[in-house]
Amino acid sequence: MTGRGAHRFWVAAVAVALVLAGVVSWYASSSPDGLERVAEDQGFVDRAEDHLLGDSPLADYGVEGVDDERLSGGVAGVVGVVVTLAVGAAVFRLVRRRGGADPAP
Amino acid sequence: MHIPDGFVDAPTSAVAGAVAAGSVAVAARRCGEELGERQVPLAAVTAAFIFATQMLNFPVASGTSGHLLGGVLAAVLVGPWAGVVCITVVLGVQALLFADGGLTALGLNVVNLAVVGCLGGWLLYRALRAVLPDGALGVELAAGLAAFASVPLAAAAFVVEFAVGGTADVDLGSVFAAMVGTHVLIGVGEGVITALAVGAVLGTRPDLVHGAGPPRPREVGAEEVAA
Repeated sequence: MTGRGAHRFWVAAVAVALVLAGVVSWYASSSPDGLERVAEDQGFVDRAEDHLLGDSPLADYGVEGVDDERLSGGVAGVVGVVVTLAVGAAVFRLVRRRGGADPAP
Repeated sequence: MHIPDGFVDAPTSAVAGAVAAGSVAVAARRCGEELGERQVPLAAVTAAFIFATQMLNFPVASGTSGHLLGGVLAAVLVGPWAGVVCITVVLGVQALLFADGGLTALGLNVVNLAVVGCLGGWLLYRALRAVLPDGALGVELAAGLAAFASVPLAAAAFVVEFAVGGTADVDLGSVFAAMVGTHVLIGVGEGVITALAVGAVLGTRPDLVHGAGPPRPREVGAEEVAA
């Protein structure tokens, strides 16, 4: 890592992910995705069962109790990016230590 | 392309779960051995970026949308083994926090998107690197083309699972044609986004791009998947 330039890359990368999930996601298509569409067309979409965690507070990328659709989706997206970042960092540090790579400082 | 619960029966889902768990365990061990200290943050950021882009469904045909799967993107940026772990983290967060992708179908989704999409896509990428010109353009082109192909490949993997344990009595030939046909279109988006994202990282931090190394065999990257 070489000073400010390296630092700036990480800030920019995380910022891009946050903006994509928090803001750009407002404009995402709400049409069924490829598998869903094929399941509809081929007549097996009704085999899908309700998600076991379908009542969870962030189910379907919305925040329970927040009525504004954009705010709800945007906050869910930001939470998702932060959680994925944290889980990813924890998992990769863990597997790296267990894999016997050079010890973490 | 997240499979919900109910499309594929329990025994098939359980087998897929075992295959997924085994594959992720191998991937975790391999990436633990080869992942440098500096690549840990990139791997985590790659997972977060893929999570974000998977929220961005783009229209592909009338009344159908698709989003990035990210297998080839992850493999090219952080290596195929770390890529499998990246995609698995994303699928886990989506299933547990956002009720996206069934819980019993998690193994199926890991097999299709992480094992087939990421490892399969990486093999395609290596093959393309060997025939395409060296340099940034070759890397971007190979990443884009491999990403394109990885989407119908993952869709075909679903059809195999559906053929083994599908819960509806429908014509498999037409499910296959529809899945592959639709996902070829989604693959175009996958290819473009992957090429642009790889290009963006190559342009700013080429040292971080795992797959940018020399394309010839005998290089570490080629052995990884073969071993």
